[in-house]
Amino acid sequence: MAFARSRQAFAIAGVLGLALSATACGTGDDKKSDTAAGSAECAAYEKYGDNDGKKVTIYSSIRDIEADRLAESWKQFEDCTGIEIDHEGSGEFEAQLNVRVDGGNAPDLAFIPQPGLLKRFVDSGKLKPVGADTKKMAEENYPADWLKYSTVNGQFYGAPLGSNVKSFVWYSPKTFKEKGWTVPTSWDELIKLSDQIAATGTKPWCAGIESGEATGWPATDWIEDLMLRTQTPEVYDQWTTHGIPFNDPKVAEALDKAGTILKNEKYVNGGFGGVKSIATTSFQEAGVPITTGKCALHRQASFYANQWPKGTKVAEDGDVFAFYFPAIDASKGKPVLGGGEFVAAFADRPEVQAVQTYLASGEYTNSRAKIGDWVSANNKLDLANVANPIDKLSVQILQDKSTVFRFDGSDLMPAAVGSGTFWKGMVQWINGKDTKTVLDGIEGSWK
Amino acid sequence: MEFDFAAEQPKFLMLMYGLIAFVAVVGGLLLLLDVVPAWFARRREAQLVAASASGAPLPRRRKPREGMFALFFLLPTLLLLTIGLVAPAIRTTMLSFMDANSNDWIGLRNYGWMFSEDSIVRVLINTLVWVLLVPLVATSFGLLYAVMVDKARFESVAKSLIFLPMAISFVGASIIWKFVYAYRGDGQEQIGLLNQIVVSLGGEPKQWLLDSPLNTLLLIVIMVWIQAGFAMVVLSAAIKAIPADIVEAARLDGVTPWQMFWQITMPSIRPALIVVVVTLSIATLKVFDIVRTTTNGNYETSVIANEMYNQAFRYGQNGQGSALAVFLFILVIPIVIYQIRNIRQQREG
Repeated sequence: MAFARSRQAFAIAGVLGLALSATACGTGDDKKSDTAAGSAECAAYEKYGDNDGKKVTIYSSIRDIEADRLAESWKQFEDCTGIEIDHEGSGEFEAQLNVRVDGGNAPDLAFIPQPGLLKRFVDSGKLKPVGADTKKMAEENYPADWLKYSTVNGQFYGAPLGSNVKSFVWYSPKTFKEKGWTVPTSWDELIKLSDQIAATGTKPWCAGIESGEATGWPATDWIEDLMLRTQTPEVYDQWTTHGIPFNDPKVAEALDKAGTILKNEKYVNGGFGGVKSIATTSFQEAGVPITTGKCALHRQASFYANQWPKGTKVAEDGDVFAFYFPAIDASKGKPVLGGGEFVAAFADRPEVQAVQTYLASGEYTNSRAKIGDWVSANNKLDLANVANPIDKLSVQILQDKSTVFRFDGSDLMPAAVGSGTFWKGMVQWINGKDTKTVLDGIEGSWK
Repeated sequence: MEFDFAAEQPKFLMLMYGLIAFVAVVGGLLLLLDVVPAWFARRREAQLVAASASGAPLPRRRKPREGMFALFFLLPTLLLLTIGLVAPAIRTTMLSFMDANSNDWIGLRNYGWMFSEDSIVRVLINTLVWVLLVPLVATSFGLLYAVMVDKARFESVAKSLIFLPMAISFVGASIIWKFVYAYRGDGQEQIGLLNQIVVSLGGEPKQWLLDSPLNTLLLIVIMVWIQAGFAMVVLSAAIKAIPADIVEAARLDGVTPWQMFWQITMPSIRPALIVVVVTLSIATLKVFDIVRTTTNGNYETSVIANEMYNQAFRYGQNGQGSALAVFLFILVIPIVIYQIRNIRQQREG
């Protein structure tokens, strides 16, 4: 008995000892290597100050290969400044960020893709306005309309980072060439082409709005694109800020215009079935019938480039490519719908602000672009660094002076509407509910 | 992707810390559980020895110390219950009377919203349908199956087949059934089992999950598929526990199988039946995974738990989400009370 007891004590002591020694070898060493810090490459990073050994945490929805690319993109910054950037991506970013912030476990920085969500954190007093350096950097590098999305009550809360262009229609250049179709440059041409394709027995358009918890969002993009095309940008702004009611006749007009394609049994849903199949077709597979010729046109953002089956060449002379979703009235300019994320800060330590400033810089956006698959509205972005053809086209559109850019409306609205009733309303609309009932329902939910 | 051991080192370090902390805490507790009672036992022993040596009357066992001892063991549970259950329950109740950002008190407005908003009323009705159908269908099916395979030749194999779905998570099961209900346009190759059957019988493929209220019933099928195995196993065990002499006596009296079932089997397994129905009812009230995975509450299939999550965590409507949570809590209470009373009666009876 006594023997057994002492053996137990040994075991416990051993465990405790192990714990102590593990702590001892866990102490971090200096991040900044002397060789790197002294080299010419690092000269550009001196302006970010001396923050050696500090750590900055970032939380975002970016995962897997995209997250690896992020880590690679700021590697040199880390080596030269000695700041360690700890990035964590989550598939439940929007819901979990809230939980983390409420739980007192906020990240230093978050890449927030919805200005509406950003505003919510400002309203609850959790976000810190950016430092003067970051603000200056952002003002130099980004167009004014981009900055306004992260400005709340006159305070600036975060520079934009990546962007995407949503006003694209995907098509197959190969099929177009074979059938002698031409890329439409106006709305009338687009409809004429759709009729022409429909007459051959193929349904011209394919669409899908199923996206798990976010089901409905691709349809909201359609409506936003048509708001920009049937109305003025000013009306669009009133709509996203609830300056006009959601069931305003102007919104109904845009919805009905989208309906001329989306709810037209002659036009949709190539490769999947009738109109209602849009509701259950996942956004990832919605455009794929283009590759088999079962459908010819698919309106989806630039990031759809990643959804094509392996081996599909995405280029102007390849298997698939995209053209600009044409304007209805060309005299009003070139409306472009897009999205992007903003680097918002929950802390204002110097190293956090240094990272924020760096991410807004031209050096960063070019460093990231060189790794591949990157679009940003940053005007320092050198087109030569953008390899991917669809990204190139996106950057060209963003930098084009005649472009009238507007941010994705559902991301600007309060979450209960923009990622709640608006999404659900679109699902009901596709599923057969009429325009008025759907819009009245969404208006009723916006308080 | 290559796996870089050095780059992943911090994670392994964290893992090691976690393991060490676990071993230290659990080991410490086990040691304590071993040492403390042994210490009391030895003390008692010493007292007895001393008492018998001196010839004095045995010292009486002192009750207060035992009370302390019980408290010592209850303390961790009480502490964890307070942190993990009581405090959040109180806070959620408070939040349900506040606005979306939990800044101002707004009285019963969130509850008013719950019963006046058409889409939420729909959610409440759906939940009611779930709670009525799942326990009823799953228990009936499990009972029928248990009675039928009882003492059959391949009983264990037959039982395993029904019990297997229990081993699949709700999300996994939902994904499987999502494929069963999958739809492809007329004339295309169907990837969904149900539509393939319909097509091969000469019908037209249908979008099963789109039409209310059929879609809610189809989701209920998933829950029944998972839970019937649970009902079957518990009830089968109860049937086997019926004393053989009762059955034999009934047989000698010449009962029909029908009478045997209603007069002998049912009364004998009543307690087990109640446990199954109550457990299933509570599980059904809380159902979330199935709805979220298959339709995410679209096409009028949402239930309370799903809507609560959406309101509180996705739309930032803390008040409305909390009100739904409180309502769900209130719905569960009567079932729990019924269960507790039942257990008490059994103990006394």
